[in-house]
Amino acid sequence: MLILGIETSCDETAVALVEDGQRILSSLVAFQLDIHRPFGGVVPELASRAHLRALIPLLERAIREAGVEREAVDGVAFTRGPGLIGALLVGTSLGKALAYSWGVPLLGINHLKAHLYAPCLEGATFEFPLAGLIVSGGHTLLVEARSWDAARILGSTRDDAAGEAFDKVAGLLGIGFPGGPAIEAVARGGDPGKFQFPRGMIGSGDLDFSFSGVKTAVRYLLDRLKADGLPVPTADIAAGFQAAVIDVLAAKFKVAVEETGARTVVLGGGVARNELFRRRVRAMFPSSRYRVLIASADLCSDNAAMVAGLAGRILKRGREDDWSIDADPNLPWGDGLL
Amino acid sequence: MFEFRSHSPEETAELASRLAANLQPGDVLALYGDLGSGKTCFVQGCARGLGVKDRYIVSPSFVLVREYRGQLPLYHIDLYRLNSGLEIGLLGIEEYIDSDGVTAIEWAEKLEGFLPDRTIKVEFKFLDETSRKINIYNFSKEKTML
Repeated sequence: MLILGIETSCDETAVALVEDGQRILSSLVAFQLDIHRPFGGVVPELASRAHLRALIPLLERAIREAGVEREAVDGVAFTRGPGLIGALLVGTSLGKALAYSWGVPLLGINHLKAHLYAPCLEGATFEFPLAGLIVSGGHTLLVEARSWDAARILGSTRDDAAGEAFDKVAGLLGIGFPGGPAIEAVARGGDPGKFQFPRGMIGSGDLDFSFSGVKTAVRYLLDRLKADGLPVPTADIAAGFQAAVIDVLAAKFKVAVEETGARTVVLGGGVARNELFRRRVRAMFPSSRYRVLIASADLCSDNAAMVAGLAGRILKRGREDDWSIDADPNLPWGDGLL
Repeated sequence: MFEFRSHSPEETAELASRLAANLQPGDVLALYGDLGSGKTCFVQGCARGLGVKDRYIVSPSFVLVREYRGQLPLYHIDLYRLNSGLEIGLLGIEEYIDSDGVTAIEWAEKLEGFLPDRTIKVEFKFLDETSRKINIYNFSKEKTML
C-alpha cells in the first residue's frame, strides 16, 4: 500500500511516498530558512506563500525519485493540524485535490501523532505501555499509550514550548534562527555550570512544563551584564540555558516513564535533534530495561514521511476521511496514536 | 490611566482576572512589553476571569491565535513573529476585533493604527526580577476592585 504524504504545518514544505506504513520510497523537504531568518522566526504569511511555490515541484520530484507511477498511489495523506492555519490550508487543499482527482482515499493526519510515529519508519515497532515525549518549536507534550487506540496526554507546557524558548533565547543572544541548532552550536564552547538558570516546574509534582521563566532569566542576566558594562559570555549562557531546558525535559520524562510503567520510550519532534538531549535520554533509559526509540535527526524535524507512514497504518485499518475534513490549527489530541 | 505594581506572576494574573470579569463583548486588550514582562501571564489571568476552563492557556507565538470558550469567547493573539502591517492585514485580525468575544493581543505595537478607539491598552515595564509596573489605559481602576 503506497501513500503520498504532504506536510505544511509550519515552515517546512514536505512531500513523501511511503509503502506499507514503513518503507520510505522518497522523502523531500524544502526548507524555508532563508526566507524567515531575517525575521528571527517563522513568518506565517511568508510560509504560506513559500508552501504554494514549493509544493507542486516537490510533489513531481517525490514521485519521480520514488520511481513509481502516480497510478500506484493508494491514498493521499496531509497534516491537518496543529500548526499555522494559512500553512495548513495549502497542504490540505492539495491533499484533497489529489485524492479527489486520483480517486483514492484521503487521510487528514495529526502532526504530533506523526512525530511520535517517526521511529516506525526505521524499523521500530511499538510495544505497550509506551511513553512518548514530543518537543518542538510549537509543542512540548508527554503522552502515555496503552495501545494504538488508547493514548492520552500526561502533561504539556503551560506557557512557551521548549523549541520556542530556544528560538527566543537565540534571539536575545543575537545568534540567529532557528534557535535550536544555533544554541547547540554556540553552547559547545561554553561552560554549562557558569550560570544557573531556573529549572521551571521541575519539582511541581505534575507532568507539566514551563519555559517562560528560563527565557526571562536569560534576559535579566543580559540586562545586568549590559548595565555593568561587562562582555556577554554567549557560549556560557547558551550552554547554561540548554542544560536547564534539557534537565527539565529529562526529569519529567523520567517521571512519566516510571509512572506509566512503560518499557518503550519514544522521543520525537525537532528538539529531539539536539545531540546532548538524545544522549541524555539514552543514558537515562538503559537498553537493559527499555527500548528507546528516537528517529534519526532528519525524521525528528518536520517531514512528510512520518505523515504518509502513519496514514498507511490508519488506512490498513480501514479508516479514511471524507471531503468535509478540514485544517485545524488547534487540533486536539483526541484518542489513540492513529 | 492607572498604574499597578505587581510583585509576582500571581499578582499579575490576579489583576488580569479581576479586569476580565468586567469586560464586555467586543473589548480589545492591547498588550505592550518585552519578552518575559508578563503578557502571557496576564492573558492567563484574563482567561480565569472569563471562566475559561481549559487546562492550558499557552503562548500562541507558534500558531498566532488561540481561541478559548468562557462566559465570553477569548481570542489570544501573539504578533511576536510578525513583521509588518501588511502581514497583519492578511491575518484577518479585524474579524476577531469585530467579534462578540474578548481579543487580547500581545506585541500590539505592530498593530498601531488598526486598533479601535475603545482598545484597553496595557503596558508592562520591568522594575526588577519579579516586579512589574503595569499601566492600564482606557479602563477605570474601580472596576478592578483593587
